[in-house]
Amino acid sequence: MTSSSTTSSSKGTAIALRGATLRFGAHLIWENLDLDVTPGECLVILGPNGSGKTTLLKVFLGLLPLSAGTITVDGRPPGRGSPTAGYVAQQRIFDPDLPIRGRDLVQLGVDGRRPGLPRTRASQVDPAIEAVGAAGYADAPVGLLSGGQQQRLRIAQALVGMPRLLLCDEPLTSLDPAAQEEIVGVIDRHRREHGTTVVYVTHEITPVADVVDQVLYVAAGRWAAGPADTVLTTQTLSNLYGTHIDVLRVGGHVVIVGEGHGH
Amino acid sequence: MSLSFLLQQPFAQHALLAAALVAVTCGLVGPFVVIRGMAFAVHGIAELAFTGAAAGLLIADNAIAGALVGAVVVAVLIATFGARQGERDSAIGVILAFGMGIGVLLLGYYQGFATAATNILFGNIFGVSGSQLVILLVICLIVVAVMGVYYRPLLFASIDPDAAEARGVPVGRLSLLFMVVLALSVTGAAQVVGTLLVLSLAITPAAAAQRLSASPLIVATLSVVFAVAAADGGLLASFQSNVKASVFITSVSFAIYVAARLAGPLVRDRRRRARPPVSRTNGGACHDQQQTPRSVPIHE
Repeated sequence: MTSSSTTSSSKGTAIALRGATLRFGAHLIWENLDLDVTPGECLVILGPNGSGKTTLLKVFLGLLPLSAGTITVDGRPPGRGSPTAGYVAQQRIFDPDLPIRGRDLVQLGVDGRRPGLPRTRASQVDPAIEAVGAAGYADAPVGLLSGGQQQRLRIAQALVGMPRLLLCDEPLTSLDPAAQEEIVGVIDRHRREHGTTVVYVTHEITPVADVVDQVLYVAAGRWAAGPADTVLTTQTLSNLYGTHIDVLRVGGHVVIVGEGHGH
Repeated sequence: MSLSFLLQQPFAQHALLAAALVAVTCGLVGPFVVIRGMAFAVHGIAELAFTGAAAGLLIADNAIAGALVGAVVVAVLIATFGARQGERDSAIGVILAFGMGIGVLLLGYYQGFATAATNILFGNIFGVSGSQLVILLVICLIVVAVMGVYYRPLLFASIDPDAAEARGVPVGRLSLLFMVVLALSVTGAAQVVGTLLVLSLAITPAAAAQRLSASPLIVATLSVVFAVAAADGGLLASFQSNVKASVFITSVSFAIYVAARLAGPLVRDRRRRARPPVSRTNGGACHDQQQTPRSVPIHE
């Protein structure tokens, strides 16, 4: 456990982890993780399946306690679920019959946690719907929309409460490159305009390569953090995995060869 | 006997009131049953309400109290042990079959086995007593109150549990609360249409409503209206016949569903056709070309 002296260094940081360790039973997810994310920064969390990326977002949201170490979000330990954090969950395609329209989905981001009957107010949701370019289909049943359209509405739901922190779990999965680029553009414009701290969990750095400030790479219980150019190198990742990994840069794409093997 | 004469009889008034109370209750929980994919859970709860009713008859000569206890116990067990739908359904199937067997065994010890079994399985709306009516009223008030307070967070938790949990919605506790409310509703409905036909009030009206609208409030309203129309409409139709009221209730309910399915493409999905970019793909990989945001950074 870290002493309280670390809290002074976490003032003015959006997220601060000190010696953060998470275990499920005997299974170690990651260990002694130190991380500082400054407000308005864009953090990208990379790593193979099962390396605890989504789990880390749940720690940021206060939904999972650390096994050891400390975490502060906006200078405080996170509560259980956060009304001030926006969260875009791993994409599930909505059922076509789901009795909810796009704007109702966004409205839940405003008042979904409060008691009462659902009421959708245009004045509360329209700005967010327009910001993600979803105005043309916000009145359609969400289940009838394409994956990219559904994803924009989820992002609008996450942004509508003007969160200080936006957490996106694989927001680009199942989208083609053009749609990925647009989604990243929408989120980054919001970040620049409002100073929102943005965290992506993703498999691939390429779609977010232009917006990332810091990369956290987790694998096999270990981690490396820093600017993309220093973390995503053959040497760093080979050290991290304990086996040879090739990092190739081809025409703006970063290809990591060998990740996930021997894991 | 004329209809107006019948309507003055206490047994008929009790029956109509009981049907209306049960219909409002089921109409309110129905949309959540459909969203959460719990049709089989409803059936399972109802079947085990049968077991509870048989036990209640045998122990205290009180079927509804037994059914209530049976349903709530099973609902809490389902909520506790069957979080994932696939796992849940097989667990329900296992418990349901065994529970029904126990129910038949219990009823075997009860005098008047055949009548009791038929009444529990297929409903006995004309046998609703004043005290049962009070129970149905209390159930209805509880369900209306819980739904009035928790409709919005429950909707969030049902549609997108991960996002809801991240926002601080107590998804697990709401799930448990909903299962208890569902158990109460199913027990009430079983008094009217019987445990075997509960789905006609707990699912069909909500499923019909979903075909006609995607607005959560309109779906809730339509679901209640359809349930009341089926329950009281079916009951009125049955007054002139010797056939059990459940037959008419399930028939009206089904007719509403068929009509809604036919009308659905003209009503609910109309917006979709008015806007060509809205395409439907299962993989969701389809990218819409219109609706580009105001600024898009060009990569490469």
